[in-house]
Amino acid sequence: MSAAGFVAILLTSILVENYVLSKFLAICSFLGVSKNLKSAMGMSAAVIFVMVVATVATWPIYYFILEPNGLGYLQTIVFILVIASLVQFVEMFLKKSAPALYTALGIFLPLITTNCAVLGVVVLNITKSYSLPESIVNSLGAGIGYMLAMFLFNGVRSKCDNADVPKPFKGVAITLVAASLVSLSFMGFTGIVSGIFGEV
Amino acid sequence: MNGIVIAIIVVAAIGLVCGIMLSVASKLMAVPVDETFEKVRACLPGANCGACGFNGCDGYANELASGNCTEANRCTPGGQDAATGIAEILGLESGSVVPMVARVCCRGSYDNTGDKFDWEGEEKCTSSLLLFGGKNDCIYGCVGYGECADVCPQNAICIKDNLAHVMPEYCIGCGLCVKTCPSSVIELVPRSSKYIVVCNNCTRGREAMTVCKASCIGCGKCEKTCEHGAITLTNNLADIDQEKCVQCGACVEACPRKCIVEL
Repeated sequence: MSAAGFVAILLTSILVENYVLSKFLAICSFLGVSKNLKSAMGMSAAVIFVMVVATVATWPIYYFILEPNGLGYLQTIVFILVIASLVQFVEMFLKKSAPALYTALGIFLPLITTNCAVLGVVVLNITKSYSLPESIVNSLGAGIGYMLAMFLFNGVRSKCDNADVPKPFKGVAITLVAASLVSLSFMGFTGIVSGIFGEV
Repeated sequence: MNGIVIAIIVVAAIGLVCGIMLSVASKLMAVPVDETFEKVRACLPGANCGACGFNGCDGYANELASGNCTEANRCTPGGQDAATGIAEILGLESGSVVPMVARVCCRGSYDNTGDKFDWEGEEKCTSSLLLFGGKNDCIYGCVGYGECADVCPQNAICIKDNLAHVMPEYCIGCGLCVKTCPSSVIELVPRSSKYIVVCNNCTRGREAMTVCKASCIGCGKCEKTCEHGAITLTNNLADIDQEKCVQCGACVEACPRKCIVEL
């Protein structure tokens, strides 16, 4: 696959098929952690990291163990198992070898174990029958897209905090309304990548 | 049948590999945790309020365990129990902890005072105070937008009728509200003290009287009444020295503006 193909996959997963704003995965952490820019960025960094590592681990398992034995239907449960233990392992590894990074990512690593965007991206890599390099690029893009969504929404939320919101909309209500508007704006990217690079 | 067996074997094998990998890793990568830290940390309440001056309870426990800090009595919420516990573990002097509570020294609710103008900006005390010393008639009083309530880790502060109230039963005396209040209208006082001056107005007589019905006018009657020399008048405002106060309550009777109160 050419370099343009990789760029197309990257842009698609960041903008057009943004995992938070178009596919509506990881909404829980998106609403929960986006209040504070610092923790939002910490969470996003951890998500990018885990997504890539999880892809590297699950792709071979699917193509070398599950598929030859005709066990493709087991992918969800096996991937959950692998991702959960992988995150645990990475946590231990970081605690030992990079304590600074460990304290920076802090609580976010164990939280990601159950993040549906991570599971979503590895399952979709298989569904779209990407090769391993393509899968890695796709999960990298998904992670960056998550970070972009968090960053944008953090700005929107701080605006909401300072605005005079009518009483019935205060709190969670205005947050959800704002989230849907941000998501709507991402619909504008539809077709932009295939317009530039042709159908991928 | 065969398919099921293979499926079971594959999932079990993957689970086994993951399990073995994790247990080996947990042995290989075990990070020794300082036992003193764990013990000291267990003595602290875990409110993470920062009253000790360190970064949360973990930060304080870390400083104590590593020997950088030798004061065992810095945790106000934990009180004497925490101080004694820490001192026992580390072999330090426990020192004494005076249980403190935050009090709002203002009675400027809408019953007693009013607003100079309508404020339609950001509903925060600091923002309101930028313009003509705030929207209230009295520039020394509580603005009532509740920045203190926002920082309180215990949700012990409520805003009622444009005035902050501290609920002493929930207050842990961390002093975050005292640091936050832009009008400096909240004070930390010992829990044992019964009498406090609930006004912050530094102007005299007529001026103080016109802005609020419950203001200290600096008349000095309390100062003369107090036989123990516990009350002094500074900046036209009565101030009770809680160490000298014997809790007799004579000043409450004497105050013509009823701004010394019994708690």
